[in-house]
Amino acid sequence: MSRQSFSLLKNLRSIASGSKIQTRSVTYMPRPGDGKPRPVTLIPGDGVGPLVTNAVQQVMEAMHAPVYFEPFEVHGDMKSLPEGLLESIKKNKVCLKGGLKTPVGGGVSSLNVNLRKELDLFASLVNCFNLPGLASRHENVDIVVIRENTEGEYAGLEHEVVPGVVESLKFCSERIAKYAFEYAYLNNRKKVTAVHKANIMKLADGLFLESCQEVAKKYPSIAYNEIIVDNCCMQLVARPEQFDVMVTPNLYGNLVANTAAGIAGGTGVMPGGNVGAEYAVFEQGASAGNVGKDTTEEQKNANPVALLLSSAMMLRHLQFPSFADRLETAVKRVIAEGNCRTEDLGGNSTTQEVVDAVIANLD
Amino acid sequence: MARRSVSILNRLLANPPSPFTALSRSITYMPRPGDGAPRTVTLIPGDGIGPLVTGAVEQVMEAMHAPVHFERYEVLGHMRKVPEEVIESVKRNKVCLKGGLATPVGGGVSSLNMQLRKELDIFASLVNCINVPGLVTRHENVDIVVIRENTEGEYSGLEHEVVPGVVESLKVITKFCSERIARYAFEYAYLNNRKKVTAVHKANIMKLADGLFLESCREVAKHYPGITYNEIIVDNCCMQLVAKPEQFDVMVTPNLYGNLVANTAAGIAGGTGVMPGGNVGAEHAIFEQGASAGNVGNDKIVEQKKANPVALLLSSAMMLRHLRFPTFADRLETAVKQVIQEGKYRTKDLGGDCTTQEVVDAVIAAFE
Repeated sequence: MSRQSFSLLKNLRSIASGSKIQTRSVTYMPRPGDGKPRPVTLIPGDGVGPLVTNAVQQVMEAMHAPVYFEPFEVHGDMKSLPEGLLESIKKNKVCLKGGLKTPVGGGVSSLNVNLRKELDLFASLVNCFNLPGLASRHENVDIVVIRENTEGEYAGLEHEVVPGVVESLKFCSERIAKYAFEYAYLNNRKKVTAVHKANIMKLADGLFLESCQEVAKKYPSIAYNEIIVDNCCMQLVARPEQFDVMVTPNLYGNLVANTAAGIAGGTGVMPGGNVGAEYAVFEQGASAGNVGKDTTEEQKNANPVALLLSSAMMLRHLQFPSFADRLETAVKRVIAEGNCRTEDLGGNSTTQEVVDAVIANLD
Repeated sequence: MARRSVSILNRLLANPPSPFTALSRSITYMPRPGDGAPRTVTLIPGDGIGPLVTGAVEQVMEAMHAPVHFERYEVLGHMRKVPEEVIESVKRNKVCLKGGLATPVGGGVSSLNMQLRKELDIFASLVNCINVPGLVTRHENVDIVVIRENTEGEYSGLEHEVVPGVVESLKVITKFCSERIARYAFEYAYLNNRKKVTAVHKANIMKLADGLFLESCREVAKHYPGITYNEIIVDNCCMQLVAKPEQFDVMVTPNLYGNLVANTAAGIAGGTGVMPGGNVGAEHAIFEQGASAGNVGNDKIVEQKKANPVALLLSSAMMLRHLRFPTFADRLETAVKQVIQEGKYRTKDLGGDCTTQEVVDAVIAAFE
């Protein structure tokens, strides 16, 4: 009797832990003509970029998704974005990119940042959440970091006052606060936390906080609180389950997003994107400018999961929800099974092996 | 040891893990700035149980704070035609939610339901007949989408009395309409990962009319080599539906057969009270109860207020998805499915005894 109950218990426990990833059954009524293929600008980028964007292309092929890519060669050491790239994105409205390597120092502006400014992609979004099957030191993490993308410390306005003294200028705006609350409203999130250092930068971060407070009044059912960035970093690693949606200026957002991604499983698996009023660029959620080490590139074992999940977000953005669901389900199954993982997740598969596993798991 | 395992078992069995809780936060969606702006939807409560079930949808939308507000218009089945202002409103809002409009039998009065679909050229009607978890039926593994041509065929409304005692009724089938419904059906199958499209016809008898329909389907099928296409005569189809429904996936049909097939498929999967559906054209969309949308219930149900709101609630979830509010749609569907699965709050057609309001309250309580 005890042996029977034991096996029963094991079955129930496995159901309870949600180890079986089921497909979503959702009824959707497309408009006539919705199946028309959409062009998407593709920037493979530097380092591991081409490897992971190629992974996305293979999976899209396998799914027969109504998406076709217009690739553009862009490298981080170019002085400015190539001709035709911006036209292409403005025509297609949507872009998928790998990282562009930004040279350290030397006064060369980052092409990643250039792209966001030219297209006015003012919001960057990363969803950091525990993936079923991927063990991490923190449970119950489900944080969306919404980061202002065009101003703040990244305004690129630095000047040397006198030799040896540099001033860096920063500004703040309110449209990111509006986006963050709208995101929370549309996605049934209960709390928005503004991250700041207004005790020190009283005017700059103070303006950011004022904008957030004003927008918060229009959403009475969403809880709003503020947290100083140093305390925030500590709370993230101590009790991440207290955070839901976080809205931050540019630099803090970079740090908070990377930390949150790290506690939830690593920057190799978190989906994310950048959006403006008219365009959207999808790339790896956190640490998007990271182009990997030379060894990762040589051995071809970069983690394609983050970019695959971001491309699922892209499919949803392009109104192909069924394809997005299939892709996400397949990717999550591969991670849950655990046989096929790249080095950053504790395994030793190559990118291609992970892609093959995802394609095999598509139904 | 055995005693401990039994108590642990009891605890686990008492709170069975719901398959629905996992769904609420598993997809990431990045809205465009401004996507949260509220949308206006034309609302036609209709006749009979119509006001009751559309009232249910309004309550649930309120409770969810969905960014939708309704412009209500009174339309009743005995009116001569749909009021001009209603058509303008739907053209402006692009989306409409309606209860049924009672169509008088005989007497030459045209159906207002049909008139609305023709004026707005809403040529495709879609019903998803699927087993709802927790609702026991005689048939398992049913997941059929019936796509029905909505504007011509036997419903053209062209009838005349040749001589007293002899009436001619015209069934009009055009290549244009057949082609676009076939195109919609295959596009639907492609976009929703469906493997098979079945055309339902009676071309052995109506060789020219249904023959034209079949030709159009075959032409479109050539463009989708990844989707299986087959044809079935409608009488055999009805028999197969009740014998082996799992063989069907997407079915594309002309107008009349679609009505019958949709109602049969809805019936085997759990009843017309729970199947979601809608009507769509190139520019507008109307959401109503999936199958048997013109059914306004009998007087007793209206009096006792025991109409089943589930079908219209699930159709309004489809509407939310159509309006690009996927999270609200997911919450609504999850709540409704949970209520059905729990089984405590069911109206008479599902074997229970609750009123519409009790079901609505249960759905609202099921929102997290």
